[in-house]
Parts: sequence; structure tokens; C-alpha cells
Amino acid sequence: MGSAPASDAPSDVYLRPTVKTAAKLLVVGHFAVGKTTFVGALSEIRPLRTEEVMTQAGALVDDLAGTRDKTTTTVALDFGRLTLSDHLVLYLFGTPGQQRFTQLWQDMTRGALGALVLADTQRLDQSFDVMGVLEELGLPYAVAVNHFEGAPLHELDEVREALDLLPETPLVRCDARDRESSTRALIALVEYLIGRNGELERT
Amino acid sequence: MTPRRRPPERLVRSYVVTDGRAFPSRNTLDLVTMVVTGEDLPLTGLSPEKCRVVELCRPGALSVAEVAGHLALPVSVTKVLVADLMDSGHLVTRAPFVPVNQASNIRILEEVLDGLRARL
Repeated sequence: MGSAPASDAPSDVYLRPTVKTAAKLLVVGHFAVGKTTFVGALSEIRPLRTEEVMTQAGALVDDLAGTRDKTTTTVALDFGRLTLSDHLVLYLFGTPGQQRFTQLWQDMTRGALGALVLADTQRLDQSFDVMGVLEELGLPYAVAVNHFEGAPLHELDEVREALDLLPETPLVRCDARDRESSTRALIALVEYLIGRNGELERT
Repeated sequence: MTPRRRPPERLVRSYVVTDGRAFPSRNTLDLVTMVVTGEDLPLTGLSPEKCRVVELCRPGALSVAEVAGHLALPVSVTKVLVADLMDSGHLVTRAPFVPVNQASNIRILEEVLDGLRARL
């Protein structure tokens, strides 16, 4: 990869000069649940990927030492960007959620408004880890069931019960390949976050 | 589905790129901190990686995460480079939204909601 993203026009790469605020939301879920597809369907830029070597304690320390033992793991971070107004840009960061207490998690969740958990009805049990991490970090989330071709369509009530969601946690269906469907899933999350912040403000 | 990828072996080890430092000279950089070039300073004396960061940011603003993505550098290394380039005046940054209270959260969330609805 060269230093200039040559294949794209500058307007497809750089932020508008008027943008003043950057906000972020996380898209989390287990391996192969469709995070990259979701981010790609929404992003105005070609989705980017960066990688970070992680350890429980200090990520870069081990990388600097040039050693990679079993306590280190490489976490991929896929992300995309949506310019929502002349001055507001939203970043979506997609990452697997199994790693606990890592620097990258703290880095991503700091300042994040909330998270959308993508779930697959054929592997619901794998979503518990992800939701557990978000709960530990105190990051509010909504759940979107990504519909996979050929997968049986479960009633959302059954999914809610299986995932043991709180009554107020939004649960929606989405097709991560579809821009409109993915946008609606994000809208459900943001509406929930607004209501939740409103309640916290009143208490 | 994203194919599992083996992390590419870097030609130059991270500790060379960062002069052996694991942490940036300032602790205020976030993944979505916006980076733009500052004064038009000569690149003389900058390492190749720092030159690439400055060249990348010349046409317009990018987030720290995007700089990392475009240059295929880990986020932690990118932060060290960006912080150094802020110290030297080559780059300036704009802080991202930081939630301070529920009212400011609601304000930004409502803007996000309006923007998302407008895309439907």
C-alpha cells in the first residue's frame, strides 16, 4: 500500500473541510457474523482495516520486543465513515469482542456513544462473550440479528429470550449487505441511546 | 466474511519506526482524532514513515484510524508518529466528540439520528 490512496478520488478519501465533530459507534460480534459487510454497506469510504497486536497488559511492549508468545493476539479493526452533515462525521468500528481488557477495546470504547451487536441466530451462544464485554465496559448496546441466506427465521421474541436481553434492549433484524436495512439498525440503536441518556439526565 | 489474514510481516520493526518508544508523547490522541497538516514545514530530517504521514495528510483531514489504515501501520505506532509530528509542528489535530454529560450526548445523538434518517 502506497502512502497516497491513489485509487480513490480525494473527495472519497478525505474529510470535508467543514467537519468539526467526529463521533463513533462500535459494531461488534463474533467471527464471521457480518461486521465487515455491515460497515462496508454503510461506509462512504472504502472500508479500512488496521491491525493491532494485543496482550492483556501492554500491547505495544511485546510488539516492540519483537516477540509474540501465546498471550499476544492480533486484533483486526475494520472501520468505515459516514458524513452525516457538513460538520458531523460518524465512524463505525467493527471488531470481534472476545478479547477482554485490552488496550484496543479501551481505545475504541472511550468516547464511543454505543455499540451495535450483530448476532447470528445459528450461533447465538457466541454472542454472550461480546455482550458480556460491553456490559463490563458499561457501553450501552442494541442487538441486530443479521439474516443469513437459508437460515431459519426465528421470532424475535425467541431470540430475545435466548440472548437473555433486558426488556429495554432493542432487538432488530437486519441484512448487513443492504444499506437501508443496516441504516435502520443503527437508527434503532441511536433512538435507544437518546432515550437512555434522557432518562439518566432526569435521575 | 472476512478471510482470516496472517498479519503481514513488516519490513521494518515497529520499534525502529517509533525510535523504540511504545507510547506517544501526548496522551490525547483517539482513534477518531482528526489530523491535518499544520505549517508548511520542510520534511527534511523526518523518518520515511513520518514523511508518509505528512504526505498523506496534505490534501485534507483524516482520523488517526484512517491514517493507520491507509499506511498499513498499527494504531499504536501511528499515534507515536502523529504525536511527534504535532510536537514538530507538521500536524495539528482536532479533538473528537467527548461525552461530558447526558445533555451533550443527546445533542450529538440527535444530530446522528437526523443524519441517518436523511440517508434512507
